[in-house]
Amino acid sequence: MATADASIGARRKYPPKYGSISRDRRWALRWSYVFLVLFAIFFLMPPIYMLITSLKTSAEISAESNPWWVYHPTLANYIELLSSSQYLGYFRNSAIVSVFVVTTTMLISVPAAFALSRMKFWGSATLATGIFLTYLIPETLLFLPLFKMFALFNQWTGIQLINRWWVLLFLYPTLTVPFCTWIMIGYFASIPKELDEAALIDGAGWLQTLTKIFIPVALPGLIAATIFAFTVSWAQFLYPLAFTTSSEQLVLPVGIITSLIKGDVFNWGQIMTGALLGAAPPLIIYAFLMDYYIAGLTAGATKG
Amino acid sequence: MAEVRLRRVVKTFDAVEAVRGIDLDIADHEFVVLVGPSGCGKSTTLRMIAGLEDITDGDIMIGGDIVNDVPPKDRDIAMVFQNYALYPHMTVSQNMSFGLRLKRYPRAEIKKRVDEAARILDIKELLDRKPKQLSGGQRQRVAMGRAIVRNPKVFLFDEPLSNLDAKLRVQMRTEIKKVHQQVRTTTIYVTHDQVEAMTLADRVVVMNHGTIEQVGTPQQLYHSPRTRFVAGFIGSPAMNFIPCRIEAADGGLSVRLTDALAFPVPDARAERYRDCTQNGALLLGLRPEHITDAHANLAPGEIPFDANLEVTEPMGMETLVYFPLNGTQVCGRVNPNAGARDGSPLRMAANLNNMHLIDATSGRVI
Repeated sequence: MATADASIGARRKYPPKYGSISRDRRWALRWSYVFLVLFAIFFLMPPIYMLITSLKTSAEISAESNPWWVYHPTLANYIELLSSSQYLGYFRNSAIVSVFVVTTTMLISVPAAFALSRMKFWGSATLATGIFLTYLIPETLLFLPLFKMFALFNQWTGIQLINRWWVLLFLYPTLTVPFCTWIMIGYFASIPKELDEAALIDGAGWLQTLTKIFIPVALPGLIAATIFAFTVSWAQFLYPLAFTTSSEQLVLPVGIITSLIKGDVFNWGQIMTGALLGAAPPLIIYAFLMDYYIAGLTAGATKG
Repeated sequence: MAEVRLRRVVKTFDAVEAVRGIDLDIADHEFVVLVGPSGCGKSTTLRMIAGLEDITDGDIMIGGDIVNDVPPKDRDIAMVFQNYALYPHMTVSQNMSFGLRLKRYPRAEIKKRVDEAARILDIKELLDRKPKQLSGGQRQRVAMGRAIVRNPKVFLFDEPLSNLDAKLRVQMRTEIKKVHQQVRTTTIYVTHDQVEAMTLADRVVVMNHGTIEQVGTPQQLYHSPRTRFVAGFIGSPAMNFIPCRIEAADGGLSVRLTDALAFPVPDARAERYRDCTQNGALLLGLRPEHITDAHANLAPGEIPFDANLEVTEPMGMETLVYFPLNGTQVCGRVNPNAGARDGSPLRMAANLNNMHLIDATSGRVI
């Protein structure tokens, strides 16, 4: 009996550290919530400010009141923009360009990635690296030589490429194709080799293997690449700014700042409204495809 | 259904010779197993027959036609892969019918064949499931189903059971044998597991370093291996190799292991070994099952000797014993009631009727 009491006393003196892992985990969780909230505030501030400003009149924006509160909310900015044929024109241009660019990008980069990851031909590895390297050259370096090339092209053929919205259909893929090809190479590389060998034995040709096996299996990667291509072409600013000038040729990002900033007069209410409406399509697409997007990016990141 | 012939088939990867000119004839309906350690060229050989690897030199014939440059889809073969290689986005029945749909078979015919294969493999209730909803064994059945529905000339199996756990492997082994008994398609099966090779094969092809060591029925390989490699590879636990000399004694021959220990060679074998008395590099090959505990009345050719056991491994139906002999560790199989204990002496008997004599320099069995 005495020994039993002693052992209980000893246990009380040095309590075992059960649950220390879950305690660590709890702290880690608390810290991650702190930082996540900070990040969320940081990143949500601009869009919220845009939303608040878009609901104000010009007078209220310039008045010395609390910028984070709307005292006289109005939808005037929205009504004005959505009834302006000019703004809708930008929207239409952007939509056409983006849809075309996404389509072309996918039509080029998916077969390219398939060929580079599966049909081992002479120089395929070098070519794959080369494609990625082209993506590393920023467009800020490229638009000047491109301008010069377009001028030369005009001299030789008489075809004017500058200030034509459709020329963006050829320019944007130079940015989207290399990256999407790279993502898809990584994604295709993660598909076991036996799968295409099985398809080959089952009697599928390369094209059938691509369309019936690879594309369905790599669908998350495909969606990730599509979203990327769409975002790049929807938000592209430098190329349309450099290559398109007249109002009917402009796409949304450039259209908003050229038509709503007159000299040094900034029509902030409409600028914010225009930007907010312009951000809506990518936001909607992200919301629907977010899970796929994340899966696609991580799978592409570990391979290739 | 067809026979498969390989003529001096060579495969080199860059500078490495994976397969060094092998000849092999596989008869119609035959079940042939290619077995060997990893890197011996067995999988490469199978992939060359499938058309997944080009051959560097030689000829491959399926059903009498040379198929060296024929793409896999036109070779009329079906292959089952180690990792199943099921199409993850298709259901079981879509997986099985994929090849037929590509060849534009009529829908009724496809359904008939899929149902028949599902019946043979007992996977009828799985037809509408996706591969990720299946267990390893079920996936392997589906992979076999995909091969069966095509009704090909040749089945190729590339280590199909390696991903399964031990119990399931034994079960699927029997399934594969049953399927072959039903469909009778010529089958080439690659494995590194000699038990699988022995249990499944009509004939076993033992490969090593890109060459064929021996082709024969499981019984032939077990009882008359032609090389030290085959003798050591087939059978588990492996055959014992003990350095020895052949001496003339009492009008016959004897195998001298140590100064104190020599076994008389049975008369049936003496003639074959007569020229070996001068050979200084000989190995006595004896399987563990031929080194047992000595019982009261020994048959002719069974020679008793004393051994000091180092380690004993009771297996239930038998006990494996290990003891040193002439510088090597020797394994024997004794009756579990023979009283074998770690570190204790035991009276053993070697059955010389099943002995093999190996030339250690050439590695050939004499």
